[in-house]
Amino acid sequence: MTSPAPIAEQRETPRPDPAAVPALSIDSVSHAYGPRRALMDVSFNVQPASFTALLGLNGAGKSTLFSLITRLFGIQSGRVGIFGHDVGTSPGEALRLLGVVFQPRTLDLDLSLTQNLLYHAALHGISRREARARAAELLDRIGLTERAGSKVRDLSGGQMRRLEIARALLHRPRLLLLDEPTVGLDVKARADIISHVRQLVSEQGIGVLWATHLFDEIMAGDDLVVLHQGKVLAQGPMSRVVAEAGAQDVNTAFMRLTGAQTLPGGGA
Amino acid sequence: MSSITTREAPRGFSAAEYMTCLTGIVWREGLRFLHQRERFVSALVRPLVWLFIFAAGFRQVLGISIIPPYETYILYEVFIAPGLMAMIQLFNGMQSSLSMVYDREMGNMRTLLVSPLPRGYLLFCKLLAGTAVSLLQVYAFLLIAWFWDITPPLSGYLTVLPALILSGLMLGSLGMLISSGIKQLENFAGVMNFVIFPMFFASSALYPLWRVQEGSPYLYYVCEANPFTHAVELIRFALYGQINWISLAVVATCTIVFMIGAIYAYDPSRGLARRGPAGGEG
Repeated sequence: MTSPAPIAEQRETPRPDPAAVPALSIDSVSHAYGPRRALMDVSFNVQPASFTALLGLNGAGKSTLFSLITRLFGIQSGRVGIFGHDVGTSPGEALRLLGVVFQPRTLDLDLSLTQNLLYHAALHGISRREARARAAELLDRIGLTERAGSKVRDLSGGQMRRLEIARALLHRPRLLLLDEPTVGLDVKARADIISHVRQLVSEQGIGVLWATHLFDEIMAGDDLVVLHQGKVLAQGPMSRVVAEAGAQDVNTAFMRLTGAQTLPGGGA
Repeated sequence: MSSITTREAPRGFSAAEYMTCLTGIVWREGLRFLHQRERFVSALVRPLVWLFIFAAGFRQVLGISIIPPYETYILYEVFIAPGLMAMIQLFNGMQSSLSMVYDREMGNMRTLLVSPLPRGYLLFCKLLAGTAVSLLQVYAFLLIAWFWDITPPLSGYLTVLPALILSGLMLGSLGMLISSGIKQLENFAGVMNFVIFPMFFASSALYPLWRVQEGSPYLYYVCEANPFTHAVELIRFALYGQINWISLAVVATCTIVFMIGAIYAYDPSRGLARRGPAGGEG
C-alpha cells in the first residue's frame, strides 16, 4: 500500500489529502460595485466529494460570489480556481468542470424538458446523439421521463428545480454550485432535492457548494462557510464552527457570529 | 476518467464541439421563434402594411426616375421592397437584443454565458441565430410580395441571400451593442424612438437619395452616413444580381465594428461587471 507523505500538521478539513486539488478554491477575492463593497477578502475551499454550505443572509454576497465563480462578472481581485484551473485565465477548462443551478429559474418555459436539456448539451459541445442518451438517463433519474415532451411551463416548482439540477449535471461536472435552490419549494420538494444532491456527493464524488440562508439544510458532517456583509466570519466543519461560537446549533452560532458584527454594544 | 485528485491538462475544444454549439443555439432560437406566432405575424404585417397601404398612397406623390440597379421605370412598391426587407431585419435585430435584455433580467442569459466555449463565439452564434430568423421573415415577405407584383429576377432570390446575411449580422450586432447598455427592459421603448425610427426614415428605404438631396442637403449627408442606407442599397442591388461596392464596404465595416463592440461590452471584466448584481440581490 502507499505510504503517505508525512503530514506536518493535522489539517482542519475532514479529508486530509495533501495531493488533492480543491474542487473550488476561492483565494482572497474582493469585489465592489462602484463604492459599495460586496465581498472583502473572501477565501475558502470546497473539497471534492464534500458538501459545503455557504450560509448567509440575503445581501451577504452569495450571489456576487456565484457570479464571479461562473465568470458572469470579471474578477477584480483575488483568484478563483476550479480543480486548479483559473476562472480568470482559462475559463473554458474551469467552466467545463462546473455545473450551476442559479437562484432565478433559467429554463426556457416554452420548450420541452428534453429540448431544454439538449440546448444545454449543445452549449457544452456534446453531440446530439450523446446528449439524447444522457438527457433520457437524467430524466429517468429525476422521475420525469413521462414528462419529457411537455413544456417546462407545465411543471411544478419542485420539478423545475429537479430539471435544473439534471441540466447542471448533463456535462458531468465535478463541482456543482447551487444558489438557494430550495427557495419557494414545499417541504417534500425541498427534502427530495436535498437528498438528491447529498447522494451526488456520496455516490459520485461531486463537490457541492450550496448557498442557503436556511439553517436546517445543513447537517453535522458538512463544511460550513459563514458569509456576512461580504466577509467570511467562520469556516470549517460545521460541528467545529458551532463549538467555537460556543453554541449548541447552527442557528445560535450564526446569530452569535453575525450579531457580534451587526450589533456593536447591543444596539436595539 | 482520471482520479478526482489530479489536475487535467487543458484540452481545448474541437471543431465538432464548436459546430454542435452553433447548431444548438440556432436550433433553440428557431424553436423559440416558432413558439411566438405573434412575433412572426407582426414581423410580416408591419412591412406588408407599408407595402399595401403606404406605397399605394404614395405611388402618385413620389415619382421614381430610372436609377441603378433598375433598368426601367418601376412602381413605387418595387422601389421600397428592399427597404422593407431591411426594415424586417432592423426590427428583428432590435427584437433579439430586446430578448437579450429580457434573458438577462430573467436569468436565461446565464445559461448561455456559463458555457465553457469562448464568450465571443457564443455571442457570434447568437447573432447568426438571430440572422437566420430574420431570413425566414424576409423570404416569407418576399413570397407574399410576389403576388403584389414585386417580381425581381428569380436568380435575385439567391443573390440577395449573402447581402441579407451580412445586413442581418450588422443590424443584429448593433442591437446587441445597444442591449449591453440597457439596464432594464423598460428602457427599450427609447430604442424604438431613438434608433429604429431615425435609422429607417433617414435612409434610402422610402425615397431615393437624390430626392432627399433636393429637399435638404444636410439630411442627404445624414442619410449617406447612415449604415442602414447602405444595408438597403446592398440588398437592393443584390436583388438584381449586382453588387454595390460602397455599400458592401460600409456594411462589412460596420458589422465588424458593431460586433467587436458588442463582444467587448459583454466581456465579463468590463461591461456587465460594472452593472452590479443581476438579480438585484447579492
